[in-house]
Amino acid sequence: MDLAFIIEKTTLIVIIFLLSLVIAAYSTYFERKVAAWFQDRIGPDRAGPFGLLQPIADGVKMFMKEDFIPKHADKWLFIIGPGITIFVALIPSIIIPWGPPLEMFGRKIALQVTNFDFGILFIFGALSVGVYGIMIGGWASNNKYSLFGAVRASSQMISYELAMGLSAITIIMMTGSLDLNEIVAKQHGMNWNVFYQPVCFVIFFTCALAETNRAPFDLPECDSELIGGYHTEYSSMKLGLYLFSEYVSIFISSALIAVLFFGGFNFPGMDYFTGNTLAIIGLLVFFTKISFFIFVFMWIRWTLPRFRFDQLMHLGWKTLIPVSIVNLLITGLVIALYEGWFWSN
Amino acid sequence: MITDILTWILGGLTIGSALMVVLSNHPIRSVLFLVITFFFISGHYILLNAQFLAIVNIIVYAGAIMVLFLFVLMLLNLSAEGLPKSSRYLTLGSVIIGGLFFIVLIAALKDSLHFEALNPGSNSVGLVQNLGKTLFSKYIVPFEVSSILFISAMVGAVMLAKREKHIVE
Repeated sequence: MDLAFIIEKTTLIVIIFLLSLVIAAYSTYFERKVAAWFQDRIGPDRAGPFGLLQPIADGVKMFMKEDFIPKHADKWLFIIGPGITIFVALIPSIIIPWGPPLEMFGRKIALQVTNFDFGILFIFGALSVGVYGIMIGGWASNNKYSLFGAVRASSQMISYELAMGLSAITIIMMTGSLDLNEIVAKQHGMNWNVFYQPVCFVIFFTCALAETNRAPFDLPECDSELIGGYHTEYSSMKLGLYLFSEYVSIFISSALIAVLFFGGFNFPGMDYFTGNTLAIIGLLVFFTKISFFIFVFMWIRWTLPRFRFDQLMHLGWKTLIPVSIVNLLITGLVIALYEGWFWSN
Repeated sequence: MITDILTWILGGLTIGSALMVVLSNHPIRSVLFLVITFFFISGHYILLNAQFLAIVNIIVYAGAIMVLFLFVLMLLNLSAEGLPKSSRYLTLGSVIIGGLFFIVLIAALKDSLHFEALNPGSNSVGLVQNLGKTLFSKYIVPFEVSSILFISAMVGAVMLAKREKHIVE
C-alpha cells in the first residue's frame, strides 16, 4: 500500500462525499422547482439568480435554529439517531462504480473507492441497517407520533426489502456475479438489463421508493396523520440531517438503479472512445442517468397520492413478492434452457 | 501482526458490548447493544476471511431479526419501572446456571486450540464463489434439507397466526 494509493483513495472519498452532499442539497432546490412546475407556480426565486442559493440559505437557517432536546427524551439515543441515518445513507457510495478507469499521473485510477466480491450484498446490508436511525430517533423522542412513525418505517422497510432482494437476485443470476463491476461490465454498450428484465425493474424501483420513504410510500412521516412522523420532536440541524439523508438516499438509489438496470456508465457506441475521453463521457452519462432517476422520484411524489398503510402492506406482501418469485423462476428456467441443462449436448 | 492486534481489540469490544446487553437496565438499550455485538462478530468473520458470512450476518441478524426485536419492544413500550420484579432467588439461580453453562463452554472450547486449519494461508475460502460451489456440490443434501426445514417452520408460523385470527372472529 504505497502513498500514491492512499492519496488517490482519500481524494476519491472526499470528492464523492462532497458530491453526495452537494447533490442532496441541490435536490431540495430541484424538488421545490419541480413541485412548483407541476402545480403551475414559480417556486423559490428570492435567494440568488433563479433562487439558486436557496439550499445554502436553508442550511444557514437550519444551523441557526434552536437545538431543542425534549425533557423526557432518551438524550444519547436522541442525538445519535440522525447521525446513524446520514452515515448509513452515505456508506453505499463507496462501492458504486462511478465511471471507467481514469489515467492520470501515469496511474490507472479506478473511479470506485473499493470493491467487494459481495458488492450488491453490501448495499443490502446498508439498506437493512438504515432503519435503525429512524427507529432510534423515533423511539428516543418519547412521543407517540414519533413512535408510530418509527414503527411504520421499520415494518415498511422489512416488507419491501424482501421484494427488492428477490428482484436483485434475478439480476445476479443473469450476471453470475455479486460484483457491481461485473454487473456493469456485462451491460456493455446498449446491452442493459432493463431490456431483459422490465418486470424486475418495476419491482425494484417501487421498492426503492418505499425504502427511501418517498411518496407514495411516505407513511413514516405522513404529515396529515402523524404531524412529522419520526422527526416530530427534532429541530435545528438534527432535523436537517434527517431531511438531508432522504435526499442522499434518493441519490444513492438512483445510482444503484442506473448500475443494476441501465448499464451504469455504459452507453451505445462506447467502443469508439478510449482512455480518458471514455472515462469522462462515461462519468457524464452515468450522472445524466442518475439525474433522470432523481427527477423520476420527484415526478412520482408530485403525481401520486399517498397509500393507506394496509394497502402498502398488501402491495408489498401479496403483489410484489409473488410477482418477483414468479419472475425469478421464469428467469431461472430460461437460463437453464439457454445453458442446455435439460439435455446433454 | 496487524491482524493479531485487531483481533484482540475486536475481541475486547465484542465481549464488552455483549456484557452491556446483559447489564444495561433498559430492554431497548440491550437490543441496541446486541446489534453492536453482531457488527463486531461480523468484524471477526472478516478477519477470518469469511466475507460472505460477515455480510450475511449483518443483513439477517442485525438488519432483519434485531429490527423485529426492536419493533416488538417499542410496541410494548416497556419502561424500567414497569418491569416485573424478579425475586432474589431467581436471580441467584440464573447466575448459577449461567456460570455452569460458561464452564461447560470453556471445557468444550479448550481443545479447539489444537485443531489445524484445513488449508492455512488461503484467504479465498470464504469468498462467495468458493462457498457456493462447496454448498451446491459437496453439501447439497444437508443444504436442501435445511431449506425444507425453514420452509416448514415458516408455513407452521403462518398457520398458527391464521388459526388465532379465526378464533377471535
